[in-house]
Amino acid sequence: MSKRFTSLALTAHPPAAGQPGRGRSRRVVAPVAAVCVLVAGAALTGCGQQRDPDVYTVLNSSTDESYHRWDAEAMARCGERLGITIEQQSVPASQVMTKALRMASSKSLPDIVQFDASEMPTFADAGGLTDLRSLGLSTEDVPQGIVDFGSYEGTYYGAARSVNTLALFYNKDVLDEAGVEVPTTWAELRETAKELTQGKRYGLALSAGGAEDGVFQFLPFMWSNGGDETDLDGPRVVEALDYWKGLLGDGSLSKSTVNWTQADVNDQFMAGNAAMMINGPWQVETLNSDKSLHWGIAPIPVPEAGADSVGPLGGAVLTVPDTGDEAREKTAGKIVACLSSEQEQLTYALNSWMVPANAEAAAVWREKVPELDSLADQVAVARSRTAKLGAGWSSVSLALQSAFQSALTGQSSETALKRAQQRATSGN
Amino acid sequence: MTTSTVTAQTPAKTPEPAAAPDPARIARRRRLAQWGFVAPAVVFMLLFFGYPLVRNVVMSFQHYTPKTFFTGEAPFNGTDNWSNVFHDALFGKALWHTLVFTAGSLLGQFCIGMALAVFFSRRFPLNGVLRSLILLPWLVPMVVSGIVWRRILDQDTGVLNSFLDTIGIGGHTPWLTSPGMALLSVILVNIWIGIPFNMVILYGGLQEIPKELHEAAALDGASAWRTFRSVTLPVLKPVITVVLVLGFMSTVKILDLILALTDGGPADATQTLGTLTYQNSFVQLDFGAGAVVGNVLILISAVFAVFYLRANRTEGK
Repeated sequence: MSKRFTSLALTAHPPAAGQPGRGRSRRVVAPVAAVCVLVAGAALTGCGQQRDPDVYTVLNSSTDESYHRWDAEAMARCGERLGITIEQQSVPASQVMTKALRMASSKSLPDIVQFDASEMPTFADAGGLTDLRSLGLSTEDVPQGIVDFGSYEGTYYGAARSVNTLALFYNKDVLDEAGVEVPTTWAELRETAKELTQGKRYGLALSAGGAEDGVFQFLPFMWSNGGDETDLDGPRVVEALDYWKGLLGDGSLSKSTVNWTQADVNDQFMAGNAAMMINGPWQVETLNSDKSLHWGIAPIPVPEAGADSVGPLGGAVLTVPDTGDEAREKTAGKIVACLSSEQEQLTYALNSWMVPANAEAAAVWREKVPELDSLADQVAVARSRTAKLGAGWSSVSLALQSAFQSALTGQSSETALKRAQQRATSGN
Repeated sequence: MTTSTVTAQTPAKTPEPAAAPDPARIARRRRLAQWGFVAPAVVFMLLFFGYPLVRNVVMSFQHYTPKTFFTGEAPFNGTDNWSNVFHDALFGKALWHTLVFTAGSLLGQFCIGMALAVFFSRRFPLNGVLRSLILLPWLVPMVVSGIVWRRILDQDTGVLNSFLDTIGIGGHTPWLTSPGMALLSVILVNIWIGIPFNMVILYGGLQEIPKELHEAAALDGASAWRTFRSVTLPVLKPVITVVLVLGFMSTVKILDLILALTDGGPADATQTLGTLTYQNSFVQLDFGAGAVVGNVLILISAVFAVFYLRANRTEGK
């Protein structure tokens, strides 16, 4: 906007009559110009910042006030224990990677970067991360699944504090009123959703938006059905997508689904426009802000009774970038160890409603928040998005987004997924 | 843009008072002073426009990946990036969408902006208040407009559809959720955003048309439409060119609005060259491919920049 305004100001007054130069001022001009250039040059070269020996920085995506505060408190506690100051620098989640890359090229990487677990492999693959075990972090109490979650090609680069996955949230009042049970299989979900769709209210809300949000939501359906990200046009994936199409065809899903993020889905659920939704525990804080809303949580229904509900494992991992300064990296390792210690994990998990990564912390957490028990069960069997594809995940994710959006807006699932598989393998 | 103005404003040769000691020395000194004025702009342009531009062109011939940020190595791969991008079906789609989006937006913004400018150039009560109200879309950041419009255009819970429902014409229009409709909706929102810009500049242009011209036309018995066509439009032509060219350049590179409204979806129906650059560079982290699309955008803009410069030059004469 401001750019437009500048151009307007310039054009509205065409450069018709320039001010004629005045003799005396002219002598001043050259030196002034020279000084300007020098100042600009100095300002540019002054960008390389010096590291303060006692201040450590963490780059994360905790831009929400509450998350920022919880992190700040945790960092203050750990800083005190280690006798240092820890500062956090928060940028929107979609910018963590690009910001870190830019910092890498200007050799000003922070001491710790909190990556989304699906992005970590890319940064590790570029050679930007330090092996946490070599910094003295132990993985003894961490379940193997979570160690793998923070590992790339066998090296443990990222310590998770908490993990999450998706679940089925339902409005207790609406279900009670209709006298229906919480669905556990695809057939039941379809039936229940149909039954609960009334007037302005849809039976189910989920996100099929054109970003990672939508892909994240499609995965439980694809994986629980035996589909695989390396074979997007396989019959199992087609079946899963057809199931989504069926829900939409029944009228149980809003057509706006293709335009919704997970936050939008939560808004719809809270506004009473949906009786059930697929979403994650990060919404719980918002859900609880409405006292009149009675919600429950259950595992995402599976294709057939008795099958495992396999959701995507989500969450962030704390990593130590390779800055070349070994002493600082050692201390950074201690900070990561402290932030991901059992006690801190529990505090963070209780605040954020996510499941602690550490097995013992998770056990304590289960006792404290029994209502989220099913989430803990799902996390235990959840699957990492990048385990098979590593840094190649983003192309598959983009192809998949386009595919389910095409299918939900009219194309056949098979055609859409065939195109997606082509796109994913050709790399564009 | 900055330079063109600044260079044009460097002191014109004015007759120097007589009895100068050494005309050659003075001329030399004057030239030096002139360059002194130009130098900051030249340095600025080279640093902030020239360098990134050249880098972007070079990058489009390199295999530029996240690794490059650490090693600084980006091996040249010939025209690989270019052929990859041009063979991608999405590129053709995005190019087409960009053209439709730009042409549609410009047409809508300009026509409505012009109509409003003509309307407001008459005197009537509350003229000033209304005119400033119309400026509102301009003051709202693009991303905010995008998010608000996304809510307004929601198929089920959006205000627009419930309004249409109330007055009884199609309350279920899939504004942003149907691939056939989404691009049109995005264009409509962009027209809404662009109207004030067009109106303000055209209004300014209208104010500068001498009243006598219209009076003379009225004396000759010309109708209102005839006066507009034969007097207002020709006199306004330089301003119109400027409005259209500037509008073109800010529209063709559209990114923020589309990301906020549709994220390029549904099913890539609103992917433009801008969103494709973003997706290639910052989602897939294939900076070489992103640079290729960026270069195509720069090329398109450059063509219109030439138009702009020419229009400006004729105006100055």
